Amino acid sequence: MSDIAPILVDGTTYASYLFLVAVGLTLIYGVMNILNVAHGSLYSLGAFTSAWAVGEYVNAGYPVVGTYVLLLLAAIVVGLVMGLVLERGLLQWMYGRDEIVIVLVTFSAFLILEDITKLVFGAQSYMPWQPHDLPGFVDIGDISFFVYDFGLMGLAVVVGMAVWFGLNRTRPGKLLHAVIFDREIARALGINVTRIFTVTFVVGAVLGALGGAVAAPMISVVPGIGVEIIVLAFAVVVIGGLGSIEGAALGALFVGFGRVLAVMYMPELELFIVYGVMALVLILRPQGLFGRVEARKI
Amino acid sequence: MKRDFTIPGMTVALLMLLAGYLVLPGWAINMVALSLATGLVVLGLMVQMRAGLVSFGQALYYGIGAYAAAMSYTFMGISDIFLLAIIGVAASGAIAFVLGFLMSRYRAIFFAMLSMALSMILFGLLVNSAELGSTDGFSVGRPSYFTYQPGSGKRLTFELYGLICLFSFLCAFAAHRYLSSTMGYIGEAIRENEVRVEYLGISVRRAIHIKYMLAAMLSGLGGVLTALLIGHVTPEDFVYWTKSGEFVFVAILSGTGSVAAPFVGALIFELVRTYALQYAPDFWQMLLGGTLLLVILFLPGGLWSIFRLRKERS
Repeated sequence: MSDIAPILVDGTTYASYLFLVAVGLTLIYGVMNILNVAHGSLYSLGAFTSAWAVGEYVNAGYPVVGTYVLLLLAAIVVGLVMGLVLERGLLQWMYGRDEIVIVLVTFSAFLILEDITKLVFGAQSYMPWQPHDLPGFVDIGDISFFVYDFGLMGLAVVVGMAVWFGLNRTRPGKLLHAVIFDREIARALGINVTRIFTVTFVVGAVLGALGGAVAAPMISVVPGIGVEIIVLAFAVVVIGGLGSIEGAALGALFVGFGRVLAVMYMPELELFIVYGVMALVLILRPQGLFGRVEARKI
Repeated sequence: MKRDFTIPGMTVALLMLLAGYLVLPGWAINMVALSLATGLVVLGLMVQMRAGLVSFGQALYYGIGAYAAAMSYTFMGISDIFLLAIIGVAASGAIAFVLGFLMSRYRAIFFAMLSMALSMILFGLLVNSAELGSTDGFSVGRPSYFTYQPGSGKRLTFELYGLICLFSFLCAFAAHRYLSSTMGYIGEAIRENEVRVEYLGISVRRAIHIKYMLAAMLSGLGGVLTALLIGHVTPEDFVYWTKSGEFVFVAILSGTGSVAAPFVGALIFELVRTYALQYAPDFWQMLLGGTLLLVILFLPGGLWSIFRLRKERS
């Protein structure tokens, strides 16, 4: 059973990375009922921006330790700017429209942003490996693992706890619950729903960009990574239940471990297993493992 | 009663397209044939959209049709176009029959997500298994017509072109008859309020199941014809979710106003794509996204509604 350690570590690493990407998606859906396809572009913009910034920074000869701050900073800047642009510039005109129409609107935004990313960063690939390799290895048994992977797990736990705490234990979180429960009554009670929407969207956007920024050191950042990640993130949030934070964590673990196990034992089922689980969950529990059942409207 | 010009209009269009073979250059013939095949898939999407359902995984059936044809050609040596079309349509219809029991339970965003998940399952299967061609896919040769095999040349043969025109016409004709029947109009009633439809004594699930199957068979035929036109099928080009997104794009662009709209929309799409990829390849997706936004914002009924607006004004 020498496989156990790598399966556990790789599965959890992959799950952490998926969770970081998916948590923003599920937050935005939970509060605003927007299935944001453009989340994929936020991910890739975050990845490209941080990869570019790390490259410039390291080339200028500064110490590599600073790149971690840079990753975080890149995510925040991209998320803030793009979140505001998308929500204030586009989505705010769409509230009240059909959910499917809004999906199409974010799909258009996704297509536009894909080309903008390519125009800004070119078609070449970036490999900001420095932050990934700096902390070196740690040995478990006779296998070495990257310390960066454990850092990623830690970050996922911190982000998950922070979002959970923010939603359940703070005043803005309570207000958010009121908005989720009934938008109109919340507005009648004097809650500034418009501002809550903007803040939620920006927070979700920052989380999406953060997912890209911390993934960048592990992957080769090329055009098209957003296209791949968004369908994976969909699978994660659908499995857990659209709009549920705990669900996103569980969904990420499902997909993460499912994929790692498949790659190890049955590589031909690698992609099949992800969407197979997604379809199975939709069949058995359309609201997802953690979702709420909605009353049928007449 | 309003006069309906759809059938005579489409007959004239069919004759013009057939005559066009003599005058149009080779690339234009190819483009028309490709957009007709795409139009068939979009017609299927439109049938579902009339009932308020948007499938983000229609490439599932497009891919099944294309792969059924390509694999029959590769493994069984079948090159007869009619047989290939029957195999492709039957394969997608059969799978849609089974999945329809499931899909007919879902609406709105869940319908979109589940159909996408199902298409991605097929994608995953195709990409990761060598028996199913992996990422390389399969090649398809020139089709034959019963026993007749037209000579080889660079230009698309009149036989294939004419058949695609004819198939598209027949499918559009059938779809038009279906959509103007009681069962067709029930789609709009379901979109408006499905509980009321149930109270009137109609099984909504059965109606949606039938629409789902019809859409799948149209998409399957579109897949077979595209496979024969291009001569090669790959998972990336036929099954990936971006392909489904493209179909949804053309469907929104065309609108659900008429069965002719998907074909016109697909032709415009192909035209713009050809020029955009040639002159501004870096702006292609931006152009798509921008157009989609403009249509959603200012032309919710799609391009087809322009005709209607003008008619109403005059």
